Amino acid sequence: MSVTAVPVESAGALSAGKTEVRRELLRELARSPLFWVGCFILLVWIVCAIFGSTIAPDSPFGQNLESINKAPSGAHLFGTDALGRDMLSRVIVGSRDIMIIAPLATLLGTVAGTVLGLIMGYFRGAVDDVIGRFVEAFLALPLVVTALLVTNALGRSNAIIIVAIGIVFTPLIARTVRAAVIQERELDYVAAAKLRDENAFYIMFVEILPNVLAPVLVEFTVRLGYAIFTVATLSFLGLGLQPPNPDWGLEIQQNYGQVVAGFWWEVLFDALAIASLVIAVNLISDSIERVLER
Amino acid sequence: MSTQTDPIAPDQSSAQVDALTVENLEISYRVRGRQIRVVRDVSFRVGRGESYGLVGESGNGKSTIALAVVRYLARNGRVSGGSIAIDGRDVLGMNAQQLRDLRAHTVSMVYQEPGRALNPTIRVGRQVAEVFEIAGVEKDKALEQARGMLAKVQISDPDGVMRRYPHQLSGGMLQRVVIAMALAAEPSLLILDEPTTALDATVEAEVLDLILDLRKEFGTSLLFISHNLGVIAKMCDRVGVLYAGEMFEQGPAREIFESPRHPYTVGLLRCIPRRDVLKAHRALDTIPGSLPAPGELPQGCIFADRCGLVQDRCRAEKPPLYDIGRERLSRCHYHEVAQTLPRVVAPELAPTERAAENGALIQIAGVSKTFHMAGESIYGLVGVDLELRAGETLGLVGESGSGKTTLARVLLGLTAPDKGSEIKLDGQPLPETADRRTHEQEKALQIVFQNPDSALNRRHSVRRLISRALSKLGGYRGQALTERLMKLISEVRLSERHLGLRPAQLSGGLKQRVAIARAFAGDPRIVVCDEPTSALDVSVQAAILNLLNDLQRREDVAYLFISHDLGVVRYLSDRIVVLYLGRVMEVGPAESVFSGPQHPYTEALLSAVPTLEDAAKERIRLQGEIPSAANPPSGCVFHTRCPRFLGEICKTTEPPLNQADPGHAIKCHIPVDELRRLQGTDGSLARASD
Repeated sequence: MSVTAVPVESAGALSAGKTEVRRELLRELARSPLFWVGCFILLVWIVCAIFGSTIAPDSPFGQNLESINKAPSGAHLFGTDALGRDMLSRVIVGSRDIMIIAPLATLLGTVAGTVLGLIMGYFRGAVDDVIGRFVEAFLALPLVVTALLVTNALGRSNAIIIVAIGIVFTPLIARTVRAAVIQERELDYVAAAKLRDENAFYIMFVEILPNVLAPVLVEFTVRLGYAIFTVATLSFLGLGLQPPNPDWGLEIQQNYGQVVAGFWWEVLFDALAIASLVIAVNLISDSIERVLER
Repeated sequence: MSTQTDPIAPDQSSAQVDALTVENLEISYRVRGRQIRVVRDVSFRVGRGESYGLVGESGNGKSTIALAVVRYLARNGRVSGGSIAIDGRDVLGMNAQQLRDLRAHTVSMVYQEPGRALNPTIRVGRQVAEVFEIAGVEKDKALEQARGMLAKVQISDPDGVMRRYPHQLSGGMLQRVVIAMALAAEPSLLILDEPTTALDATVEAEVLDLILDLRKEFGTSLLFISHNLGVIAKMCDRVGVLYAGEMFEQGPAREIFESPRHPYTVGLLRCIPRRDVLKAHRALDTIPGSLPAPGELPQGCIFADRCGLVQDRCRAEKPPLYDIGRERLSRCHYHEVAQTLPRVVAPELAPTERAAENGALIQIAGVSKTFHMAGESIYGLVGVDLELRAGETLGLVGESGSGKTTLARVLLGLTAPDKGSEIKLDGQPLPETADRRTHEQEKALQIVFQNPDSALNRRHSVRRLISRALSKLGGYRGQALTERLMKLISEVRLSERHLGLRPAQLSGGLKQRVAIARAFAGDPRIVVCDEPTSALDVSVQAAILNLLNDLQRREDVAYLFISHDLGVVRYLSDRIVVLYLGRVMEVGPAESVFSGPQHPYTEALLSAVPTLEDAAKERIRLQGEIPSAANPPSGCVFHTRCPRFLGEICKTTEPPLNQADPGHAIKCHIPVDELRRLQGTDGSLARASD
C-alpha cells in the first residue's frame, strides 16, 4: 500500500473575491426599483440644497407686486405667492435648511445612541439598569414637544435644533443597538477576545461594533425620515428660519390661510416637497432593511 | 461485465409497485441568472417496506433530492430532468390539490431540527391531532388518536405531553412527537433527513430503535438521509453514496461498508476513527482537496482531482454507473481496484512519549458551579476533582447538560466557579476570572470553540484574526509578527492567499484551522478543544484531528478535549473523564476506561453509538433523558436511568470513588470486580479492541 504525503486540506476557500459578501448585498439592493426611486428623489433635493439659488429660475426673494397670487403657468411653474415671489424658486431654495439640519441631527443621535447602546448591551447589570431607566424616561418624551421646550429655553438656532432632535433620538437608537449587542456578546469571538486580555473599549468598538452596523444603518435611515418631518414641523411652528427666508414648513405656516382663498399652490408644493423627501428616505430605508434582513 | 445499465429497469413481474422510484433525476438551481445543475442523473428506488439510505458529506445533494421528492424545492430550484414516482404515481405532474393529497396521505418527512417543525404557540396535542384531521379523521376522534399515536412512539405520559408547548419538551421528545405526526396518516413512504443529528448519542440510539420498531409495525418504506455512516449501516437495507450531486455507488448496505467499490466510499470509510486505531499508532486518513463548486465541474470523473487512483482515462472519460453484480453499481472506471486506494496520511509518526510521567499542570479540586435562574439553583458542576498533566490529552465525555462546557469555561476563567473551588496552574492558585489572571496565566490557557462561525469575528480578515492574537498574547511586533504569522499559518496548513479572506469565505475546515492558529498564537500550554470537529464532515474532521495531534507533538501542549463522539475521544485521548449531571462518574487512562470495567453510565454511552464494526451488537439502553440539574436525583445521581440499578442504596447514598486500576476510578456502589464480571470485560469489549 503506497502512502502519499499530507496534502493541504480542502483548497476550499470559495473562489470569491474579498468584498464578495458586501457586493452581493449591493447587487441585491440595486435590483430593487423602489430603492432607485428613493435615491433619485433624494438626489434631486440634494442638488437643490447645494445649488439652490444657482438653479432656481428666479430669485426667491424677488417680489413682484404686478403678479401676486398667480396660479401655476408657463412663467411661474408653481405659481407665485402673496408678495409675487416665484414659488418654484422658493421651494428649491427652501430645501437647504432641512437638508442640513435633519441629517446632522440624525447623525448626532445615531452616534450617541450607538455608543450608549454598546455600553448598555456590553456591560449589562447595574450600568444597563441605570442608563436604561434614563432611556425609558426619554422615550416617553414626544419629539416635537421636547424640541419646542429646548428651543424655547435655549433660543432659536440650527445648532440647538440639531442637538434637541439628536438627544431625543439617542435613546431610540440606543435601544436597538443594545438588543443587537446583547446577542453579539454571547458569541464565542467575544470570549476569545477576553481570553487574550482585550479591554472593554476594544471589544465594544473593534470586535462588536462592526457586527452591529447593519441595524445601526437601518435605524439611521428610519430616523432620518422622522427628523425631516420634525424639522418641517418645527419651522411650521416658527422655530426655524425666519421670514423672508424660504423654508418649506415656514412657508406652509405663512400661506395656509391663502388656501381658503383658492391659492392652493402656495401650500401644496411645499407640502409635496416635504412628503417626497420623507417618502424617498423611507423607500431607501425599507430597501436596505429588506436586503440586510435576508 | 461492465456496461452502463439502467439501475431501475421496470420489473413487471413484481406484484407491488415501489414506494419511491427516482429515475435520471436532474435538479437545477437558478443562481444569478445561471442554471446550476446540483443533482445529475440520479436513479434509485425504495421498495415496499424497504429502508434506503442516502449518504455523503454536506453539499452533495442529499437534502435537495429529499425536497424534490415531495416537491418542496426552494423557489429558484426545479427538477430539470428525469422522473419521480411515489407509489407509481408521477409526482412531477401533480397539481396543487393532488400534491396536498400526496403529502397528507402517502408521504411524510422528518427533519433534523424537531423544534422548528412544530409551532411554538400551539399545544403539542392540538398539533398532532391536526395531522389526523387533515388525513380525514373527525375532530372529536382526532385527539384520541393523537394520544394513541404518542403512546406508540413510546412517550410514557402522552396526556402530559399533549398539554405542553414544544419548548417545554426536550429534543428527543420533540423528535418523537414529530415522528408521531409523520406516521399519523400511515404513509407508505417516510423520508427522514438527518433525524438524529441534533440529538445526543443516547437519545439518538433510542430514536433509531423507535424508528426500526415502527417500521416493523407499520411496514413503512424509509428514505433515510444521513452523513453518519454508522447510523446508515444500522438503519438501512440498501445505500446510495452521493458525491457532488451524482450517485457514486449503490448496493446493499452491508456489502458497501464491507467492500466498498468506489474510491470515494473507501476514503470516507477510512476517515472515521476506528476503535483499534489510536493516535499513537497512526494519523487518520483524509480525503485530499474539496468538493468541486457547483456549476464548475471538471471534465471526466468529477472525483478525479481528489482520487489517489486517478488515471488519464478518468480525466478524459466520464465513468458510467458500472453494474458490478449483486445489485451493486459503481461510478468508477477502476472499481475492481478501488480498495487499493493509497492511504493519505503523514507517513512516519515519531513514537510519542507517554505523558503519564509528567507532573500535574492543572489541578482542579472541589470545583462547583451553581447557576441561579428564576429563583432556582441549577447545579452545573458539583465537586469536580481533576488533574491535567503536561502534554496529555484528557477526554471529557458526557451527554449534553452534563457540564462539559461549564467545566471548560470555569477553567478558562469565562465563568466564575462557586466559593471554595480551587484551580491551580503549576501549583499556583488561578484567579477565578480571566481578567484577574496574569498575562502568563492567560497565555497558558486557550480554547478552540465548537462553532467557528461564532468564534471568529465575521468582520475581520484571517490576517487580522491571527495577528491580533499574536501581538496580544505572543507580544510580537512588526517584522517578527509577520514571520511568526507565516510560520503559524503554514503549521495549520493555511496558505497565504487565505489571509485576506473573511471567515464567511472559508469552508468549515478552513475556519477551524484559523481558530486553531489563533489558539496557538501565544504558545499555550493547555488548549481546551470544545467539540472542535462536531460541525465538520468526516473527511475534514480527520484532517483537523491530525492537525491537533501534530501540533500537540510539536508544541508539547495539553488538551482538554470535549466531545460527544466517543470514537474521536478514544482515538485522541490519553485519559478520559466521564461527567454526568456535573459530577465525575469515572476517570482513568483511555485504554482502561474503554476496555472496562466501566461505570454503568460509560457502558451505556459506549453502547449507544452506532458503529460500522458492530451494527448487530446487543445494546444497553438508557431510559429517558438526563434529569434536570436544578433537581438532581438523590444518592447516586445516575440511579434513575441506571441499567445496573442495585436497589435502595443507590437512591440514598452517594457512591464512593472506587479504584479499578491504578489511576482508574469508578463512582459506583457495584464493586469493581463485580462490574468486571457483569460486563464480561475480558469478553466482547476486549476482543473488539485488540
